[in-house]
Amino acid sequence: MDYHTVSAFAQTWGLVFLVVMFLTAVAYALWPSNRGKFKKAAHMPLEED
Amino acid sequence: MNSTLTANRHTGGAWTMGVLFALGAIVSLLWMAKAPSPEMGFHAFIFFAFFTLGCFALVKRQYDLAGAPAVPTADDDVGYMDGVIRAGAIASTFWGVVGFTVGLVIALQLAFPVLNFDLPWTNFGRLRPLHTSAVIFAFGGNILIMTSFHVVQRTCKARLAGGLAPWFVFWGYQLFIVLAATGYVLGITQGKEYAEPEWYVDLWLTIVWVVYLLVFLGTIWRRREPHIYVANWFYLAFILTIAMLHIVNNLSLPVSLAGAKSYSAFAGVQDALTQWWYGHNAVGFFLTAGFLAIMYYYIPKRAERPVYSYRLSIIHFWALIFLYIWAGPHHLHYTALPDWAQTLGMTFSIMLWMPSWGGMINGLMTLSGAWDKLRTDPVLRMLVTSVAFYGMSTFEGPVMSIKAVNGLSHYTDWTVGHVHSGALGWVGMVSFGALYCVVPILWNRERLYSLRLVGWHFWISTIGIVLYITSMWVSGILQGLMWRAYDTLGFLEYSFVETVEAMHPFYVIRALGGAVFVAGSLVMAYNLYRTMRGDLRDEAPFVGAPVRAPQQGAVAAGE
Amino acid sequence: MSLLNKHAIFEKNSILLCVGILITVAIGGLVEISPLFYLESTIEKVKGMRPYTPLELAGRNIYIREGCYNCHSQMVRPFRDEAERYGHYSLAAESMYDHPFQWGSKRTGPDLARVGGRYSDDWHVAHLVNPRSVVPESIMPGYPFLANKELKIDDMAGHLAANRGVGVPYTDEMIENAVLDAQVQTNPDADEVDAFMARYPKAQVRDFDGNPDKLTEMDAVVAYLQMLGTLVDFDLYAQDPALR
Repeated sequence: MDYHTVSAFAQTWGLVFLVVMFLTAVAYALWPSNRGKFKKAAHMPLEED
Repeated sequence: MNSTLTANRHTGGAWTMGVLFALGAIVSLLWMAKAPSPEMGFHAFIFFAFFTLGCFALVKRQYDLAGAPAVPTADDDVGYMDGVIRAGAIASTFWGVVGFTVGLVIALQLAFPVLNFDLPWTNFGRLRPLHTSAVIFAFGGNILIMTSFHVVQRTCKARLAGGLAPWFVFWGYQLFIVLAATGYVLGITQGKEYAEPEWYVDLWLTIVWVVYLLVFLGTIWRRREPHIYVANWFYLAFILTIAMLHIVNNLSLPVSLAGAKSYSAFAGVQDALTQWWYGHNAVGFFLTAGFLAIMYYYIPKRAERPVYSYRLSIIHFWALIFLYIWAGPHHLHYTALPDWAQTLGMTFSIMLWMPSWGGMINGLMTLSGAWDKLRTDPVLRMLVTSVAFYGMSTFEGPVMSIKAVNGLSHYTDWTVGHVHSGALGWVGMVSFGALYCVVPILWNRERLYSLRLVGWHFWISTIGIVLYITSMWVSGILQGLMWRAYDTLGFLEYSFVETVEAMHPFYVIRALGGAVFVAGSLVMAYNLYRTMRGDLRDEAPFVGAPVRAPQQGAVAAGE
Repeated sequence: MSLLNKHAIFEKNSILLCVGILITVAIGGLVEISPLFYLESTIEKVKGMRPYTPLELAGRNIYIREGCYNCHSQMVRPFRDEAERYGHYSLAAESMYDHPFQWGSKRTGPDLARVGGRYSDDWHVAHLVNPRSVVPESIMPGYPFLANKELKIDDMAGHLAANRGVGVPYTDEMIENAVLDAQVQTNPDADEVDAFMARYPKAQVRDFDGNPDKLTEMDAVVAYLQMLGTLVDFDLYAQDPALR
C-alpha cells in the first residue's frame, strides 16, 4: 500500500464518506419531525438559573 | 482518577485526593533534591508548595465538616456548585489584566527597544510567550473552564460531578499557568509557538485536562434533560480536541527525568506540520469552538430569546469541527512543506468561511425582534460586537490563506493584526460579556455595579482594537511590499533594517491601542469587584431600559 | 428515516458524541501529517547534512531558550527577493535534525536560515551584546549576559543521547566525546581537532567569542549562527537537476 493507493482511496471513497456524513447532518437538522425537539432545546438557556 | 469521581459524595473524594497530594509532595521534594539546575529546583518547589497547601486545605475542610451541623450548606452537596465558578471569574479577570499588560509591555519593547533592559528575564523573546500563554491559556482557559461549569450545570439541571474534582481542575490549571509563566521568564521552553511549556508541565496539564473531561462528561450523565444543549457539544469538542492536539504535538524525550530540557519527537518538516496542525486548531477549538459555546448560551440568555436557528447550530457544529482540522498547513505556505499539503490547507481554509459565517449569522440573528436591547444593554452590545468581530476575522483568515495573499502577508505584522482582531475583538469581547453576565448571577446581585461603566469599557476597548488592527494592517502590508520592492536598476530597494525603521510609527500606535485596551480591562475589573462586594452605583439607566436590568433569576431577596 | 432518527443518538448519548467528534477531527491530521513520514520529498537526504556538533547544539538550545524564533524565521521561501536577500530557498532536508524545527512565523528581524558566514564573529558578538552598536536602527534586545555566562557542558552526552532517541544519527563515539568535543571546537590548537573534524565534517573550529580563557554561552550561540545554512553546497545542488 503506497501513497498513491492511499490518496486514490481518500479522493474517492473518502470523499463519498464525507459527503454522505455531511448530508446526513444537514438532513437531520432539517427533518420536519425534529422541529419540536429543537424548539424545546433552543429554550434551554432561558429556563431558570 | 476514577476513585476521585465516584467516591463518597460527602467527602467529595477528599481522602483519595489527600493521599495523592501527599505522594505528590514527597516526589516533588525528592525532585527538588535531584534538580540539575536552580530553575528546575524552583519548579519542583512550586509543585511541592502546591501539594502541601492542597493537603492542608483538605485537612482543614474535613475538620470543618466534622465540626459543622449535619445540615448541608449552600455550597456543599445540594444545588449547583457555584464556588468554583466564582473562583474562575476572579481568576479570569486577574489573568486577563496580567496578560494584556504583558502584551502592552512587549508592544512598547518593539517601539522602544531600550525597555528590554538587556536582562535575560525581561527580553522580548522570553516575554512574548508569557503574553501569548497568559492571554490564551490563563485568561481564555479560565473563561472557558468557568463558563463551561456554569453552562453545563444550568443546561443539564445537574450539579457538577466528581465531588472535589472541579476544584482540582481549577487549582491544577492555575498551577499549570504559574509553571508555564515562571518557566518562560527563567528560560524553560520547548521553543514551539503556543506550546512552549516543557514536558513535565505538559504532563501535569494532561492530568488536569483528563479530570476536566471526566467532570464535564459526568455532569452530562447526571442531566435531567434528554437533550444535550448545543453549547455543550462545542465545549465537548473543545475539551476532546485540545486533549488530542496537546498530547500529539508535545511528544518529546526529556534529557533526564530530573531536568527540564526535552527534545521534540518530530523534526523539521514533520515537526512543522504537527506544530501548525496544533497551532491552528488551538485557534479553532480553544479560541473558536469553546467561545462559540459561550455565544450559544449567553447571547440567548442575555437577549431573552432562543437562538435564531437551532438547526443551523447543528450544521454549524459539524461543519466547523470537520473543516477546521484541515486548515493548519496555511501557516506553512511556500515553505519546504509539500505543495499538495499547502493546497489542501488553503482549500479547507476557504471553505471554512461558510460555517464561520453561518455561526455568526446565527448569533447575530438571535437578536431579531430585540435589536432595541442593544441601545439599553451594553453587555449585550459587547456580546454582539464580539460576534461581528468573529465574522470579520473569519473572513480575513480565509483571504490570508490564499497563497498569493499569504506570500505578502506571511512573516509580517498583518498576521499579528489578524490574530488580534480575533483575540481582542472576538475572544476578548465575548469573554467580557460572559463575565458581566456571570458575576451578578453568581454573587446573587440585583445587577452589575454599573452598566454605565460597561458602556465605557465597550467604547474604550473598541477604540483600542481599531487602533491596534489598523496600525498592523498598514505596517504589515507596507513591510511586505518593501521587502519585495526593486529599484529601476533591478536591485532590492530596501535593506532589511530600513523596513524595520519604517515600522516605528505603527508600533507606537499599536502600543497606544494596547494601552487603551488595558485601561478598558481595568474598568471592567473595578466594575466586577464592586459588583462582587454588592455595591450598586446610583446612576441613570440607559434610555428605555427597564428599571431592573435584565438579570434573569438573580435573587435579590438575600440582599 | 430510521437512519436519521438514529442520528439523534448524538444528542442523547455523550459517549457517541465524543466518538463522532474524535473521528471527525482525527481525519484531517491523519491524511495531512502521516504521509510526511514516508514521502520521498520530505525524507530525502541531501549531501552535506550532518547532526549538530555539541557546541552548535548547545548554541541552538540557547537560541530556543531566549525565544529568538519569536522574531527570526529560518525558512527562505522560493521568491526572487528572498533569494537575493537570504540565498537559495530552504529544503526540507536542511531541518531534518531540528528537534524542534525553528522555521518561525514572523520576521521582526531578518531570516537566519543562511546567516552562517555572512558576518564576522566579532560582528556577531558586538551585535548580540548591543545590537544598536552595529545596526543603529535595530530593535533587537541586547544579550550581554551571554558573554559572561559559562556554558554548561557537563550533561552534553545526555543531550546527544536524547537526540539519538528521537532519531538523530549520533554515534556512540560522538556521545562519548560530547563534552570534549564542545571544548575542542573552541580550541584550534587541541590535539583532538582532527578526530573532531572527522566526526563533524565542515565544522568550524575557533574561539568564537574573542575570549579564549572561558567557554561561554556566547561561544555556543555564535558557533550555531555561523553554521546555519553552511552544510549544503548549493553549487553542487544547482548543477544536478536530479537533486532538485
